[in-house]
Amino acid sequence: MAKRVGLEVSVAVGDAAKLANVDVVAAYPITPQTHIVEHLAELVANGELRAAYIPVESEHSAMSACLGASAVGARTFTATASQGLELMHEVLYVASSLRLPIVMAVANRALSAPISIWCDHSDAMAVRDTGWIQIFVENGQEAVDNVICAFRIGEDRRVLLPVMIHLDGFSLSHMIEPIILPEQSEVDRFLPPYNPPLPLDPEKPVTVGAFAPPFIYTEVKWAQEMNLEAAKEVISECWQEFGKTFGRYYSPVESYRTEGAKVLLMTMGSLSETAMVAVDKMRSEGKEVGLIKLRLWRPFPFAELRQAVKDAEVLIVLDRALSFGGPGGPVCSEVKAALYREAKRPAVVGFVGGLGGRDISMADFEEMVSQGIKIAQTGSEREFEIFGVRE
Amino acid sequence: MAKAKVKTKAKAEGELSWKEIEIGCFITEPGNATEFRTGDWRSRKPVVDFSKCNKCTLCYYYCPEGCVAKTPEGYFEADLFYCKGCGICAEECPKDAITMVEEEK
Amino acid sequence: MTSKLIEIRWHGRGGQGAVTSAELVAQAAINEGKYAQAFPSFTPERRGAPVLAFNRINSEEPIRTRAEVYQPDVVIILDATLLTILDATSGLKDGGIVIINTKKSVEQARAEFGISGRVATVDASKIAQEAGVPAVNTTMIGALIKATNVITLEGMKEPLERRFARVAERNFKAMERAYRETVIGE
Repeated sequence: MAKRVGLEVSVAVGDAAKLANVDVVAAYPITPQTHIVEHLAELVANGELRAAYIPVESEHSAMSACLGASAVGARTFTATASQGLELMHEVLYVASSLRLPIVMAVANRALSAPISIWCDHSDAMAVRDTGWIQIFVENGQEAVDNVICAFRIGEDRRVLLPVMIHLDGFSLSHMIEPIILPEQSEVDRFLPPYNPPLPLDPEKPVTVGAFAPPFIYTEVKWAQEMNLEAAKEVISECWQEFGKTFGRYYSPVESYRTEGAKVLLMTMGSLSETAMVAVDKMRSEGKEVGLIKLRLWRPFPFAELRQAVKDAEVLIVLDRALSFGGPGGPVCSEVKAALYREAKRPAVVGFVGGLGGRDISMADFEEMVSQGIKIAQTGSEREFEIFGVRE
Repeated sequence: MAKAKVKTKAKAEGELSWKEIEIGCFITEPGNATEFRTGDWRSRKPVVDFSKCNKCTLCYYYCPEGCVAKTPEGYFEADLFYCKGCGICAEECPKDAITMVEEEK
Repeated sequence: MTSKLIEIRWHGRGGQGAVTSAELVAQAAINEGKYAQAFPSFTPERRGAPVLAFNRINSEEPIRTRAEVYQPDVVIILDATLLTILDATSGLKDGGIVIINTKKSVEQARAEFGISGRVATVDASKIAQEAGVPAVNTTMIGALIKATNVITLEGMKEPLERRFARVAERNFKAMERAYRETVIGE
């Protein structure tokens, strides 16, 4: 019987990788993910997890080692954040283009300079285009469940792509909360073994990482894109199956109290939970406000998003990252792009807030909604708004 | 961050507006870490029995804060503005002249 | 406390185990089927520097908010010297309680630290020392239980054993003694 225990989310994520029976972990520590890889190192050292733990000298090496391991057919896991995710940037593209289903937990943290160890989504946004499947979780249970799902999704023959699980640094990674760890036997039944179509094998040699002149590069990229888009269906299937097996269902876009809501808030990550509390309060005051929680970031769930917002008049998007000199919030700009061709669409107002670990409280969400409604009516000189800056 | 008010100078930065912040968040006052009262961190302080002290300077060298200084009489004493109460001076003193004493509560 | 959610702020110094206390309390609450969170104030760790840790406990409903704790119902001070450098009662809800590790009596503590509301005191340093326990954090959990009943003493056994193994027993004894000796001033 799966037990409900109080666990630090990082430790639980490490336990999820253990339940998934990973073969190789190649990692470099960085706040706030360090507890994930330390816990895995401990599990390998004391024999609880039969895997190779490769301590490397940088995140660039970590992802490079993961590439090699996954190419050989090893189920591979790593974790990083912020500067570490940036340091491995060039290798991320290689992982997805070589179609290697590495799973990586990212404890979202702000980027330097100035140095910040605290939560925001700028590290995730910097790797939007790398071709990885990307899922944002809102609590510890989701983190555990989706690390397990990530292996099943990524390794599916229809997908064969790496997966990032984004969890908020500190707010989730360092939080002790109730977690249900599935039984090993249940996970074994849920996760078929990793069986790559063309592993590196001296008996059947292949060249992995070939050179592609202009006459072929486009075709390789289009095949990659087709598989990433097709992954959405595999992800939904996996989540359905997970729900049937474990009782917890996930979907690409989740609506919370949106019935009859003229005004919708949109969030991603653990702020979604605080936002739910704010929506409850606003609803109890008679305000017709609902919440859209974006869980699947890549491949972007266009159809689900359009469906979720179709009856709203105002959509207020909170981004926890700032794309400088452009449309501001990356999520908001993608939402606007998704809604561009719709004949009927809500007025979209983008806020950027919670940067570098700045707290967003229930009261802040209420304030954001009232500001957002005003801006939707009167318009703004700016492309997007910044929330909570000291003028 | 922490909502309980901590009486150190660092809190002033929490009131700067975006226009007041130094370019690139550079810190322009050299050595301003000296204004940080790390003495607030300790719960025990070193007390020296000067009758036992032979001015060997070991405490001066061992102190990780570098806050031990020479008195006019040539003895050595920790500056309590900075002293974090780690107890290394007491541990290393060859004459057992230093005792770690609980701060008054 | 009449509301279902109770919010706790722990004050200690790096190395005194404030974060561990919060973790153990959350684990006990979760074992009892309640909902709980434990988290530190997220800062670089430094021994001796003031440290904050937080708990949220809800006996009935899942806790969804992930904002910081701004208005605790309970403030616990592991080291009374902190009261001279910070306002530990900042944000304390009306009717909230401050629990202090001190040799002083409730009246003396009120006078010395300028606290007008509910105060509980216990000499956790002495209890911990006599129990052979190097830190006061587990001892102070006994005081928390006496003042709030947010979890049970029994419920602390499993988290203590999980964390402290062979020395869990003496930590539990220190906690029990603090439970008996904590004085609550209304």
